[in-house]
Amino acid sequence: MPRLPVTDWEHDFDHFDPEWTRDPARVWADLRSTCPVATSQRFEGGAYLPLRYADIYAIAYDTDHFSSQRIVVREQKQPVKGMPPITSDPPEHTPSRRILLPAFSPKEIQKHEQRIRAICVDLLDGLTNRRELDAAVDYAQNVPVYTIAHMLGIDAADGDLFRKWIYDLGTGSVHDPHVGMQALAELAAYFRTHIEQRRLQPSDDLISFLAHAEIDGEPLTDQHIIGALTLLLAAGIETTWSAIGSALWHLAAHQEDRRRLVAQPDLMATAIEELLRVYSPVTMAREVVQDTVVGGCPYAKGGQVLLSYPAANRDPEKFEQADSVVIDRVHNPHAAFGLGRHRCLGSNLARLEMTIALEEWLKRIPEFELAPDKEVIWSEGQLRGPRTVPVIVRTGDHEG
Amino acid sequence: MSDTVPSTHVVSINHDRCQGHSRCCSIAPQLFDSDDLGFGVVRGDGLVPEDLLDKARLVVANCPEFAVTLKRIAKAE
Repeated sequence: MPRLPVTDWEHDFDHFDPEWTRDPARVWADLRSTCPVATSQRFEGGAYLPLRYADIYAIAYDTDHFSSQRIVVREQKQPVKGMPPITSDPPEHTPSRRILLPAFSPKEIQKHEQRIRAICVDLLDGLTNRRELDAAVDYAQNVPVYTIAHMLGIDAADGDLFRKWIYDLGTGSVHDPHVGMQALAELAAYFRTHIEQRRLQPSDDLISFLAHAEIDGEPLTDQHIIGALTLLLAAGIETTWSAIGSALWHLAAHQEDRRRLVAQPDLMATAIEELLRVYSPVTMAREVVQDTVVGGCPYAKGGQVLLSYPAANRDPEKFEQADSVVIDRVHNPHAAFGLGRHRCLGSNLARLEMTIALEEWLKRIPEFELAPDKEVIWSEGQLRGPRTVPVIVRTGDHEG
Repeated sequence: MSDTVPSTHVVSINHDRCQGHSRCCSIAPQLFDSDDLGFGVVRGDGLVPEDLLDKARLVVANCPEFAVTLKRIAKAE
């Protein structure tokens, strides 16, 4: 059934509406002028969309009233499918997260720098002499696929399989929930084989690590390991692909920022944080498990909350010129990786991939712009990024 | 604190608040490190040399969890 278009964003919001997909920040800006929390009865139990940074911060911290057991807002509540630790609440959350933390600490992640750089360089080698290319399809989407495959110790050739499953879990399941369930089943079977193989022949990859990990002296169940690996795949690929894609889209569409970053590579660190703030890819969700009030607004038990870190990052009460990209912004405590105990486990990896992907691209392709007359297609729903970024590469055009 | 008392600055991390965003280690690696789980830790005694004071202030402003504080204390001499 086609979705009814939204006519009243305040009382009937829909994060799958084409208007939202086109420019969600415009929707939030309009809403901010009338109400701090939009609602919608399109979603089972009723849904809430808080827009203030302060409210989003408070909800992220309030695990007594807001549960992570469901992290997507859909018409029908999705079955609770454990992907620890993202879908866990305390106290189960703590050990299942703790077991993964060491592999994603800044120092451990830094060890992957050379490999990630080689991945980016290889991809760019394959694009040599192309006058037109797609920064999302030909480049951004591949960087995290190959990086995660490397970390899991899986053949990069399985990347196409990953992409299909991720597509089915995300976009595919929006229109047909069975597609998502099927992908989960296929993922489970795929990982089960790998887990069994690593139990017999351990190596230094993440699957081996989880296959031999213990919580309180007990090995993890296959279900736990499969859930965690599914999470790493689902959370580690489309997110980073979106972030890299949005960054390249921004630079293609804003020549002054592109020129400045090429001329002053030392701005990369602040530019990355700013691009993460303005184009935060990930919107989370919570389920209200006890009636409560946040920021003067009531939240009723059974309701779903669209926890929009991207909207928090555009709150003008928190950030000056919140809707502008200021690539040398130094005061930038953004929430792109979430807030509180569910802070994105892969944030150090995501930053490293994003930094290297942009550095290498700008070295090789410093001059590029959006291809006129070609469409940029944005993803729908809780993960935002461009799925196509057609660009024209300019050569020998040295600007002053 | 009176301006006439010799003073210095010290940084600290509230470990109940830190969630491991690593912003402190990126902005001021001279003052902050990360532990094996990725949480921020203060290097040494946390005393901030004069030339790193601006960096320390930036860290306070950029920590998304409000976990870092910068305090002015009397200089022990």
